[in-house]
Amino acid sequence: MDKTWVLAEQRDGTPAGIVLELVTAARGFGSVVEAVTWGPGGAGAAAVLGRYGVTKLYNLGDIGESLPGPKVAAAIAAQLAAESRPDAILIGATHDGRDIAARLSARLDLPVLANVVGMDASGGRLTSEHSIFGGSTVVRAEFTGAVPGLFIVQAKSFAAEAAEAAEQRSLEIVEVEVPDTGPSDAARVVTRHEEEHSGPKLDEATVVVSGGRGLGSPGNYALITELAQLLNGAPGASRAVVDAGWAPYAFQVGQTGKTVKPVVYIACGISGATLHVVGMRAAQYIIAVNKDREAPIFAIADLGVVGDVTKVIPRLIEAIRARR
Amino acid sequence: MNVAVCVKQIPDSEPPALDPQHHTLVRDGKLVMDESDSFGVEMGLQLVEAAGGGEVVLVSMAPCGETRGLRTALATGAAKAILVSDPVLAGSDALGTAKVLAAVIRRLGPDLVLAGTESTDGYTGTTPVQVAELLGWPSVSFARHVEISHRALRVKRQTETGYEEVTCPLPAVVTVTAGVVEPRYPSFKGLAAAKSKPVEELTVVELGLDPSQVGFSGARQQVISVRAVKAREAGEIVVDAGEAHERVISFLEQLKIL
Ligand SMILES: Cc1cc2nc3c(=O)[nH]c(=O)nc-3n(C[C@H](O)[C@H](O)[C@H](O)COP(=O)(O)OP(=O)(O)OC[C@H]3O[C@@H](n4cnc5c(N)ncnc54)[C@H](O)[C@@H]3O)c2cc1C
Ligand SMILES: Nc1ncnc2c1ncn2[C@@H]1O[C@H](COP(=O)(O)O)[C@@H](O)[C@H]1O
Repeated sequence: MDKTWVLAEQRDGTPAGIVLELVTAARGFGSVVEAVTWGPGGAGAAAVLGRYGVTKLYNLGDIGESLPGPKVAAAIAAQLAAESRPDAILIGATHDGRDIAARLSARLDLPVLANVVGMDASGGRLTSEHSIFGGSTVVRAEFTGAVPGLFIVQAKSFAAEAAEAAEQRSLEIVEVEVPDTGPSDAARVVTRHEEEHSGPKLDEATVVVSGGRGLGSPGNYALITELAQLLNGAPGASRAVVDAGWAPYAFQVGQTGKTVKPVVYIACGISGATLHVVGMRAAQYIIAVNKDREAPIFAIADLGVVGDVTKVIPRLIEAIRARR
Repeated sequence: MNVAVCVKQIPDSEPPALDPQHHTLVRDGKLVMDESDSFGVEMGLQLVEAAGGGEVVLVSMAPCGETRGLRTALATGAAKAILVSDPVLAGSDALGTAKVLAAVIRRLGPDLVLAGTESTDGYTGTTPVQVAELLGWPSVSFARHVEISHRALRVKRQTETGYEEVTCPLPAVVTVTAGVVEPRYPSFKGLAAAKSKPVEELTVVELGLDPSQVGFSGARQQVISVRAVKAREAGEIVVDAGEAHERVISFLEQLKIL
């Protein structure tokens, strides 16, 4: 492994959490690690990335109101034509990351391996791990064709760790021109809306309290936010509840939502479907409240309460309040 | 306003099985329409209705000439379907699939292509945007609301922290998330009509594609090993009789959360 590129999604100079995870993993391959960034403030990410051992940062600069997919893929493809290709490009499984990976794959005519949860480069052979069937099975795969291998990696697959002092760099910033992308780049972002949130972030919280369809009605989701707040945790939700509009998508835990690794995960009225479980099975402890003794969530819960959430949770909230 | 909707037909079996030789999902049993794509079908029907003309055409790639999943969507109002079924497609990855779907869409020349954000069996979530890039079209992924006026889309695109409003000229590819619309149920009349709606079947060569670009050879990837992961074990179970919350509290105390 000579060289690895990492896509560095960032906001105002702060790289997304997954970027630091990917850079740490790439350093572990024993290769040179370089990053590609875009958007306002991109160059500001250089300081942090240098601490994580990145040696070079390709900066596309502001891409205006464009969605990142077409422009970032085109710029990377042009850069690859101009210099020695990296062995791998690691891309976080974010919405923009998936768009960029898809366009890059089609542009370079290279396959992409998605849903990566682990990687290994021992013996100079790069392989990736994919968790399937709700995490019960791990498949190891590799590319057999040309480099770079394109990998879309799930969040929390690697722990982020800064490099040893000796490996830290003040990295070189290379300003990259974005080639003309024609009609593929015709979409424009008109406005951006952020979900209001207070308290710890869902994917960083020590305690996550999640609600599922078992809450029975949209109003009962307030029990989840209240308990989360009392425990200084973050509220989460199953996709059933998000699809029904009881909680915002930003709260969704699972395959197509956030991956969380809290100390305690409290699942309330959640059945434990595999596509939910993949997002929370790495919690240190799982507590589940479900009225169905046969619910699959009990197979992985350290403490399972067979009961009605609309009765158990209000009593729990009241008891915690009484202690204050 | 003509809309092409990508519809994946997936194994109905739960849990799915892996082929012991190639480690790919076994797809020769009964296939059904992926529920993720029922939202694209419904969205397509609504947009055509709102435009006051045009039709919804289904596009699918599936083994063994399977049309069962397509009939379900035809029964709800899609006009016709194009199915690409060919033994050389076995082992295709997302890019190979995208090449096939893009070739069909090029022939159809629709105003809009709708697809799911990710399929239930493969969930790579890259196929539709690969299609867009192969066509040279713009795309908007993760749409949770779509409107069309003056040949332009206005989409609410879900992001990790909220949503963005995006405008996009046609033709374009849009991926929709589950729950964006409420898929309609087929009527008895619709089910009867679906039996006689046209389903055109095409092969890879008929689409003008080189068979080496698709299937196992086009995928250029291999599975090296498959292993079972040690499952988490079930712990203590308390049946609530009015005091189970006390056990939760003592559990949280042990962990120093309380
Ligand atoms: C491609 C794809 C991606 C997906 N991604 C995700 C994802 O990211 N995250 C996710 O969560 N899901 C995801 N899903 C959906 C997933 O498969 C399940 O449908 C979903 O997780 C179910 O949510 P739930 O547990 O809230 O609802 P249900 O499965 O309906 O379970 C409700 C549970 O509540 C219990 N219950 C009912 N009433 C009470 C009561 N009064 N008290 C206590 N318990 C009660 C029931 O016994 C039941 O176990 C995905 C699906 C697909 C196809
Ligand atoms: N074989 C296929 N036939 C038709 N559409 C497909 C096929 N594979 C993927 N798609 C479309 O692409 C979406 C995402 O699929 P995937 O990339 O497999 O997660 C699906 O929801 C479908 O709309």
